[in-house]
Amino acid sequence: MKLKKLLLPLMALFTASVLSGCDLVVFQPQGPAARSITDLINWSLVWMLLVVVVVMVLFITIVWKYREKKENMNYEPPEEHGSIWLEITWTAIPFLIVIALTIPTVTTLYDLDKVPKGYENKEPLIVHVTSADWKWIFSYPEEGIETVNYVNIPEDRPVLFKLTSAGTMQSFWVPALGGQKYTMGKMETDMYLVADNPDSYQGKNTNFNGRGYADMEFEVLAQTQEEFDEWVKEAQSRAPKLTEEEYEDLLQPTVLGRKTFSNTHLEWVNHADPNSKTYTNPESYRGHGYQGKIFEENDNYKNKSEENTNQLEANAHTNHGGEHDEH
Amino acid sequence: MMNIKWDEILITGDPLILGSQIAIVLTMVGVIAGITYLKKWKWLWTEWLTTVDHKKIGVMYIIAGVLMFFRGGVDGLLMKAQTARPEMEFLNAQHYNEVFTTHGVIMIIFMAMPMLIGIMNVVIPLQIGARDVAFPQLNALSFWLFFSGAMLFNISFVVGGSPDAGWTSYFPLAGKEFSPSIANNYYAVALQIAGIGTLISGINFIVTILKMRTKGMTLMKMPMFTWTGFITSIIIVAAFPIFTVALALMTTDRLYGTHFFTLSGGGLDMLWANLFWLWGHPEVYILILPAFGIYSEVISTFSRKSLYGYKSMIVSIVSIAILSMLVWVHHFFTMGSGPTVNSIFSISTMLIAVPTGIKIFNWLFTMRKGRIKMTTPMLWALAFIPCFLIGGVTGVMLGMGAADFQYHNTLFLVAHFHYTIIPGVVFAVFAGIYYWWPKMFGFMLNEKIGKWHFWLFVIGFNLTFFPMFFLGLDGAVRRAYTYSAESGFASLFGLSAIGAAILALGFAAFCYNIYWSIRHADRNISSDPWDARTLEWSTASPVQYYNFAKLPEVNRLDAFWHMKKEHQGLTLKESEIEEIHMPSNSGLPIFMGAVFGIAGFFLVFEWHIAAAIAGIGIIAGLIIRSFDYDDGYHVKVNEIKSIEKSWRNVEGEVHDHVS
Amino acid sequence: MSANVNTALPLEYQREQDRMNILGFWIFLGAEIILFATLFGVYGVLYQRYAGGPTHQDIIVIKDVMIQTVLLLTSSFTMGLAIFEMRRHNLKGLIAWFVVTLLLGGGFLFMEINEFIHYVHEGATMQTSAFLSSLFVLLGTHGAHVTLGIGWATMVIIQLLKRGLTPVTARKTFIIGLYWHFLDVVWIFIFTFVYLKGLVG
Repeated sequence: MKLKKLLLPLMALFTASVLSGCDLVVFQPQGPAARSITDLINWSLVWMLLVVVVVMVLFITIVWKYREKKENMNYEPPEEHGSIWLEITWTAIPFLIVIALTIPTVTTLYDLDKVPKGYENKEPLIVHVTSADWKWIFSYPEEGIETVNYVNIPEDRPVLFKLTSAGTMQSFWVPALGGQKYTMGKMETDMYLVADNPDSYQGKNTNFNGRGYADMEFEVLAQTQEEFDEWVKEAQSRAPKLTEEEYEDLLQPTVLGRKTFSNTHLEWVNHADPNSKTYTNPESYRGHGYQGKIFEENDNYKNKSEENTNQLEANAHTNHGGEHDEH
Repeated sequence: MMNIKWDEILITGDPLILGSQIAIVLTMVGVIAGITYLKKWKWLWTEWLTTVDHKKIGVMYIIAGVLMFFRGGVDGLLMKAQTARPEMEFLNAQHYNEVFTTHGVIMIIFMAMPMLIGIMNVVIPLQIGARDVAFPQLNALSFWLFFSGAMLFNISFVVGGSPDAGWTSYFPLAGKEFSPSIANNYYAVALQIAGIGTLISGINFIVTILKMRTKGMTLMKMPMFTWTGFITSIIIVAAFPIFTVALALMTTDRLYGTHFFTLSGGGLDMLWANLFWLWGHPEVYILILPAFGIYSEVISTFSRKSLYGYKSMIVSIVSIAILSMLVWVHHFFTMGSGPTVNSIFSISTMLIAVPTGIKIFNWLFTMRKGRIKMTTPMLWALAFIPCFLIGGVTGVMLGMGAADFQYHNTLFLVAHFHYTIIPGVVFAVFAGIYYWWPKMFGFMLNEKIGKWHFWLFVIGFNLTFFPMFFLGLDGAVRRAYTYSAESGFASLFGLSAIGAAILALGFAAFCYNIYWSIRHADRNISSDPWDARTLEWSTASPVQYYNFAKLPEVNRLDAFWHMKKEHQGLTLKESEIEEIHMPSNSGLPIFMGAVFGIAGFFLVFEWHIAAAIAGIGIIAGLIIRSFDYDDGYHVKVNEIKSIEKSWRNVEGEVHDHVS
Repeated sequence: MSANVNTALPLEYQREQDRMNILGFWIFLGAEIILFATLFGVYGVLYQRYAGGPTHQDIIVIKDVMIQTVLLLTSSFTMGLAIFEMRRHNLKGLIAWFVVTLLLGGGFLFMEINEFIHYVHEGATMQTSAFLSSLFVLLGTHGAHVTLGIGWATMVIIQLLKRGLTPVTARKTFIIGLYWHFLDVVWIFIFTFVYLKGLVG
């Protein structure tokens, strides 16, 4: 059949794509967190490959041997109902494989929740990560500086990322250094990452959050401790100060480049605080389709006083509109 | 309350959408004109729109599913076209976001569900030797509610704006705080309407299977497809009310300013994720179990052997059903629930592989020592095994919580679920359609075109989705409308796009097969063309509207097979024919579908007064139904005699199998 | 057909179709249990998220809630009496107790609506906080079920008056009896876990 002739080159294509698997970022871990996950993945690949081989051998053998041909048209298959021993076998063995996969999974889960092994004595650098639409804001409370869309860290030192969101639910992911974790408003999640070597690593948001989602890449630059200290000093002395007004502007749905500030927004708001104000701007998201009703909220940041001012009216006057991809 | 912004109703400014708006109007006008010209309104009304016959309802579900497959498939092709090269500007981000949202919702809720429920409708009453389901009018209502929800959802992209927060509609993105247009109201309302229909179907099939099995058919003598339909219906009843609540709370948040999932006022976005997946995970098992049932029938028939390990197969589907309600957190391992919670759900997730594996081995051993006939339905079942295997093992990999921290929301995940849903569900639907087509319509689909359909689709499917495993492992995230040239993703995305084009050709071959077979296929075929094993094949092709002139009596599994072998129970004597009681048609289900759709439409646009007035129509329908004492009609013996004579041979026996 | 009628059973169980309707309704009640369980779960997650607004203690008037409870529980009892009369083939008794049930249910609804109006006057609307959203939706869903039940029961009473006691009307009555008892059970959970717990906790 003609189609079968196509099969061979397609299989070659397949094999090529499989072999190109070697330089995938998940298989090139650059830190202990990522490495522990890669080890777990490799362990699972071994067992899954075993399962695939066993099933495929059975499948190919059976289909080939028992296919209908001119020669066996008179063969009437026997009445078979089952075999309790076979059932026990193909229940027990997969169950054991599940146990084999479970044990390292559980240990890795608990390990990832703590400072990576071997780094317990090093003082972690604390970086607050605030995800916003459509940018990442990194605050260094001890150093008193803040960056947008890039984060510098020292190599070989645990960094405690305290994750939260100023708005939509997002996911902080630097695949070369470790797994991802969600950022959610009015709560905080934690993650430890360590970079083995100085290098530039790409970070992404993996939890879809609207029009600018695909633009939410950021850079994680691991530097030597000296280079890092120098960069901190420069930022502290040379970077402009962020005003509260400018910060509120930052939270509008826009895609920006890199910014640096010599103070942090934690002075006036920590979005991880469940009692913090809500920094939402529905008016800025208008533009697509028939518009629905927006609700006034008491805890919105625009209510500077505790009074119930007419929010919609205020929004209409003060809002710039944010980013609109017009159709 | 009712200030209508007329200029915002129709979506403007996009040539693709404008083209669709024109096409929709022209098609509607064309269809209405065509039916009028051919003077078929009365026929359409009495034979299809008011039917309560499970076989016709099943066919309508399947037709709707095929049409939705087209729409969802076009959505997929648009996505592949946009991502074929880096930084393409074919679809902007907004448009892409709408397309992948509707792709997901349509494929799962409006394509896969109706196809499977449609096949269940056609087949299950016949397999258990019954004349219809327990509640025929409710059955029709289920269909029209599904249809209404589907139509409402489908017009969103031309009127009002399409939902654009993903098929999972996560908050706070899907709320008014970040999506102030009414677009996502369509999601909340249309799925609610369709969901009610599904819940009703679940109840209907449970009672049907428990109470209407023919004499001698104990639960342990039921065909496997009926078993899977039974367990699936139980999962439906357990899971769909959760979605009902989730959607209702989404509706109140968006329309009435409540604070269930909002950022402000103490709402919890995590709560939506939990509620959604508490339903969402059982939902994918609602999809896969009937598909497994189809494979059991097809593999057994075309190996000429009874299903291996029947009891074990039942234990496995019950285990899968129970476990399916205990794994939902694996959809958000990365939400920071902590290592204990993540460990528990990793274990429960991986455990599902065990009963699933049991099934694969039992299917293989059904084929072993059989005589495997490579018909089109069997080809689909055969391709299922290796392809689903990949989906299954990558599922185990994803279920290992810590590893998932690297896989989650990447294309690795997307590849996994397409490798379970397409080989699992879509191949099964194709197998089922090819297999039961002659029973539904009295002719067969063409085997040669069927094989083109098969090869194009399977090759296209693998070429589309296999590269995505590697893309995901290289950092490619899902739902991104574009990617940079520097990422290095371009070649695999390009390969995937080519695969999608081949996949589309496969679907086109399927449509062509239907067209060609309607026009040219031989109508003079046996009522049992496959030499099959279960009771539905003991009826005429197409089936007589009352199903069985005389309800069969069975005493073992694969009842029809043994009736053929022992020449027992296949003959009908005139003296055995009695009057048959059948339910009457009803216009109420389609009326309810329409009224739900209208009320839903007004609710979507937040025209509350209009919605309330339309809601009165729903109450009116319920009242009319309450006072409806129509008890059906009786089919006269003479009519039964003449119908039976037309397809049985002289001795009153069913036609012998013609190979 | 005639083989399916068993005159030794109560009227509503005599025909096969009616037995199927009753089974189907039990399964529907199973779905309703899941629905209310989900609403209770949502309430359980959100019930202390007051967002600086009114709390349980601020708004609940326990005396009124106790009266509502007595009304509804009594109505469940009178519904039981109605079914008891039905089994004795006493149409007049059935309808009498049925109407009493609906009046008590109407009384319950009247008080619940007043309760909601009171909350709104106190500045506690469903838009105020997550706690109040979940309170109103849980209670409101139950109240909506009661309202629909009263409407449905009225239709059944009309049919009983028109057609008397037949297997079909008996089945319809029995089913709405099940529905009514179910709503009563849900209320007991609401009374305990929303009102009592809210005031104590």
